Amino acid sequence: MASITLENLAHSYHAQPITDSDFALKAVNHEWEDGRAYALLGPSGCGKTTLLNIMSGLLQPTRGRILFGDTDVTHLSTAERNIAQVFQFPVVYDTMTVGQNLAFPLRNRGMEAGYIADRVTRIAEMIGLEQHLTKKARGLTADLKQKISLGRGVVREDVNAILFDEPLTVIDPHMKWELRTQLKSLHREFGHTMVYVTHDQTEALTFADEVVVMHDGRVVQIGTPQELFETPAHVFVGYFIGSPGMNFIPVTLDGRQAIAEGGAIDLLQDFENPGGDIVLGIRPEFVRLSRDTGLPIEVKQVRDAGRHKFISAVLFGSEINIVADAGTEIAAEMTKVVFDPSKISVFCNDWRINAGSPQTAKVGAS
Amino acid sequence: MSAQPSSRKRMPRIRWSAIVMIAYLLFLLVPIYWLVVMSFKSNSEILNAFTLFPDEFTFQNYETILTDPSWYMGYVNSFIYVALNTVISLAVALPAAYAFSRYRFYGDNHLFFWLLTNRMAPPAVFALPFFQLYSSVSLFDTHIAVALAHCLFNVPLAVWILEGFMRGIPREIDETAFMDGYGFTRFFTRIFIPMIAPGIGVTAFFCFMFSWVELLLSRTLTSVDAKPITAIMTRTVSASGLDWGVLAAAGVLTIIPGAIVIYFVRSYIAKGFALGRV
Amino acid sequence: MEKTVNQRAWILVLPVVLLVAFSSVIPMMTVVNYSFQDSFRGNDFFWVGLEWYSELLRSERLWDALGRQLLFSFIILLIEIPLGILIALSMPKKGWLASLCLVLIALPLLIPYNVVGTIWQIFGRSDIGLLGRVLIDLGFSYNYAQNAFDAWATVIAMDVWHWTSLVALLSYAGLRSIPSAYYQAAKIDQASRWSVFRYIELPKLRGVLIIAVLLRFMDSFMIYTEPFVLTGGGPGNATTFLSIDLVKMALGQFDLGPAAAFSLMYFLVILLISYVFYTVMISIDKDETKQ
Repeated sequence: MASITLENLAHSYHAQPITDSDFALKAVNHEWEDGRAYALLGPSGCGKTTLLNIMSGLLQPTRGRILFGDTDVTHLSTAERNIAQVFQFPVVYDTMTVGQNLAFPLRNRGMEAGYIADRVTRIAEMIGLEQHLTKKARGLTADLKQKISLGRGVVREDVNAILFDEPLTVIDPHMKWELRTQLKSLHREFGHTMVYVTHDQTEALTFADEVVVMHDGRVVQIGTPQELFETPAHVFVGYFIGSPGMNFIPVTLDGRQAIAEGGAIDLLQDFENPGGDIVLGIRPEFVRLSRDTGLPIEVKQVRDAGRHKFISAVLFGSEINIVADAGTEIAAEMTKVVFDPSKISVFCNDWRINAGSPQTAKVGAS
Repeated sequence: MSAQPSSRKRMPRIRWSAIVMIAYLLFLLVPIYWLVVMSFKSNSEILNAFTLFPDEFTFQNYETILTDPSWYMGYVNSFIYVALNTVISLAVALPAAYAFSRYRFYGDNHLFFWLLTNRMAPPAVFALPFFQLYSSVSLFDTHIAVALAHCLFNVPLAVWILEGFMRGIPREIDETAFMDGYGFTRFFTRIFIPMIAPGIGVTAFFCFMFSWVELLLSRTLTSVDAKPITAIMTRTVSASGLDWGVLAAAGVLTIIPGAIVIYFVRSYIAKGFALGRV
Repeated sequence: MEKTVNQRAWILVLPVVLLVAFSSVIPMMTVVNYSFQDSFRGNDFFWVGLEWYSELLRSERLWDALGRQLLFSFIILLIEIPLGILIALSMPKKGWLASLCLVLIALPLLIPYNVVGTIWQIFGRSDIGLLGRVLIDLGFSYNYAQNAFDAWATVIAMDVWHWTSLVALLSYAGLRSIPSAYYQAAKIDQASRWSVFRYIELPKLRGVLIIAVLLRFMDSFMIYTEPFVLTGGGPGNATTFLSIDLVKMALGQFDLGPAAAFSLMYFLVILLISYVFYTVMISIDKDETKQ
């Protein structure tokens, strides 16, 4: 086992890529540390699967290198990389029994029969397949088939990493939770490096130690679930993480003030106006309605969703969402809104800027 | 997302499959090559010299065919009944395939199986009764007689292939159209048929194919006016003895229409074969 | 997809039923009718009951032809199915090369049956044929018109030439429909080429192979034109398959009664064997699914 380093990795499905948009994956640099559980999060078509297939060796990158530890494996085959991968849709060998399916990767590597039998029994117990071991795989339900796929993924002990490509897409919601828990415990038990691709933020945030957010062929942020929530590095992260996503208000900067159409917001810090398009971002959870202080808003709708109340309102002509605890009182005369100043993010040309460190706006981040 | 072969290590396998492929293509093409070569030779060269390439390249054989109406009318006759058969087969098979793909009705499975059994009927069994049947309704030696006779095996096949394509189209489309106030006929011709155009193309290809290659029935049901080229070939050979050059040229000319048709449907071939009901 | 019950669907099916009934039921009735009668010069008929059937069943003619037919179908299935799969596996997967291979491979399927016979006649003859001359130059005493074994070998080579492409195209279509994730998973699992074939490709080809075996069995069992043109059923009766024998009887000798009885038994044999094939293959399929 070793860490996996991606150096300047780019991939295009065109034979002769010319422009930036020809690339499904644009210059990714990242190190997956040994033994951690990562989630690779992003919408469909952002390049997650491409990145995964490059790591497992199913795809050759157009540019860049992949290192396992210090070894360059860019041109090595999947087998030589010794990686396991679980796919979005269940892949089972129809004519084999469940047990034979689980044993298949071990048998192909010439393991001893005794070891294989032990290992298969152990894995089958862990993922709840023990009573199905002698059944033919083809008649099983999608849930069970995907369990077989997961089992084949984790059955080998010596793999460098296990990659999951949206493995729970076809699984029923209640089973998703169970399987995710089993994956977590497998990770604790065996300590493999795991990379889990998904477009579902709940899955990503509950599974991973660290989440890698991808957008349009780039990694836009790597961080713990809390970092992604509180300090998104890119407007996309703000928008994509959280439900509802971050509120954005176009502003101009003037010292410690953010000037919006018709009002000013105190930022507590001076961002030293870097030029470019400035957007102020605030999570709905950090917005509070008030009677007398703050900025004037117009409340449109209040929805009670059990533990929370969702309020949609209009501030300076842009729509914003507010999430309040269920116990919060909401009255008709509450026509002002207060932002928690410490939770305000400021973005310049879509990228986060921090006060104090003079930012050169990252131009070109589309 | 498709995966490209990731390693150079696969080269030996690729080369091996290329060898199989080339060997098979040679096996397919050498007999055809011999036919083509022979069609450009004179009869004396065919019989007296053994040459891999014509010594004296001649178009004489083709001239014989293309200037003699009793030869070239054979092609015209073949095309007429093949076209008729394709149109009839599609016209009756389209609504039937729709019914099989969308509805359950009394006897549907038995009916489907009965249709398919007709695909299993040896033409030799039907040759004589067809001859008598079409003679008794005065259709003997007409194009329509051959076209109808070929429906025996083409209609079941057309229903089978079309049903496969139609099952691939979600029923919601039909329901939406009916809700939007389309009548069945208008829906079928304006919306549904354009959607399964590739399936219709593939079906037409198969109808063309099986009608074009069949000889036994088309020969039995014609004598002069509708005699197909394939039957004329056999007759001429037995009558004139050994005019190998003309026979070869006629053979080449019957391959060409098929080759043209394949060229046009080449991208559908793989798809067309994949569909059907087991 | 659940189908709805709708008896009016019969209206849509009716044209097909009428057309096929006209082309199959009426002629079949004629055949059944003839099979129980004797005729003089084709117009005076009288009832003979089952005589033709019992006569046929006792005559060696039918049994010999049936034996030859079964052997022929068995051999060509044994060659064409594996060969067709091999070709499909060897085909290029995309690009112009794949199109070219598809077009060339499909070519024999669109050559009229008698032209197929003619091509092999011209190719195989020992005086003017490339194959015949080459074999003789190599020291073989090859002559398909005289020697029964040579005739069989040539007829089988011709059928393989003519129809292996059908199996190849069906298999190719089946292979193309396997999702790429299966191949990727096999790579991850480090499966050998043989394992990929045995555990992924072959199981996924099952459906098209059932069709291929059925079609090839049925069509080879009805083969008439190609061997008729090539060998005329000879030498002797060596390549007289069922259809050739039947046509000889019906159109050549105009023995309507026996020919009709022959026809019915022939058709029944095809139906029976096809049905057995079909049910056996489907039940194997079901067994494996249910287990």
